[in-house]
Amino acid sequence: MSRQAARTGDPRKVNGELFTLTYGALVAQLMKDYENDDEVNKQLEKMGYNIGVRIIEDFLARANSGRCNDFRDVADVISKVAFKMYLGITPVVSNWSPAGDEFSLLLENNPLTDFVELPEGHDSLNYSNILCGVLKGALEMIQMDVDVKFVQDHLKGDNITEVRLKFIKRLEDAVPVGED
Amino acid sequence: MTVYDFYLFDRNGNCLYYAEWNRRKQPGISKDEEFKLMYGMIFSIKSFINRISPKDVQDGFLNFRTSKYKLHFYETPSGLKLVMNTDLNVGNVRDVLQHVFSSLYVEHVVKNPLTELGETITSELFRSKMDEYVRGLPFFAPKAS
Repeated sequence: MSRQAARTGDPRKVNGELFTLTYGALVAQLMKDYENDDEVNKQLEKMGYNIGVRIIEDFLARANSGRCNDFRDVADVISKVAFKMYLGITPVVSNWSPAGDEFSLLLENNPLTDFVELPEGHDSLNYSNILCGVLKGALEMIQMDVDVKFVQDHLKGDNITEVRLKFIKRLEDAVPVGED
Repeated sequence: MTVYDFYLFDRNGNCLYYAEWNRRKQPGISKDEEFKLMYGMIFSIKSFINRISPKDVQDGFLNFRTSKYKLHFYETPSGLKLVMNTDLNVGNVRDVLQHVFSSLYVEHVVKNPLTELGETITSELFRSKMDEYVRGLPFFAPKAS
């Protein structure tokens, strides 16, 4: 995108390649600093979490979507509104558990991994683990405790990238001091 | 018509921001105590309304009025609570509070990486934008008396 085009467009948007490469540089630097896949996963999740607790406010301010009645609504909003808004993709929601408290987001093309090929010996690295953190942080701010993890990753030779979300519990409002 | 004051509470009941405009009478207690009182009352009214309602609650608590003032309340799904006290002639200010959230709080506080969420807002920019916005409201006009 030329500079001028960037200026006339939505100021919140950045060039997709710049975004992908920046994220790549971030992960590469973490790999250098921690030299351990699990530790990098943890750091990425933590960064994502910190993004999530803020991005939710931006999301609420911009999306203006109504209240979700159940976890299925939540899944729909995440895939059709949130992912669309921030990453320009619409993951497929599938693999519901019978109880309706667990589902998967299937990412057909993950913009974070556009130019990425994992070097050998990094089987436990979840390259896009930041997404888990973002989802967890954002949902926690709207009173949902959710477990988020990668179960399949295109980068590791799987056919598709799959993020699994499991609803744990509803968080309660904080009670002010001196009340029950 | 006029606006008296404005409170912003986070999800844990901390008062992030307070401002007053045409508030003539001070309550005679410390600000901290006043914030605690206000949050406690908001919290109780909310739970009272949820319990007493004969139907499922849709919007919940929006405002209440006494013979002297009207208190408006707006809560975001993330638990941020906005409270504005005005005089009795002011109508529904839901849009106003929504605007404060989406265009002032999100833009100037959440998107500022240096502000810690959950701490008192010290941003001068936020303060001045807020002041400007409230003073520009159609129902903000100090009483002549």
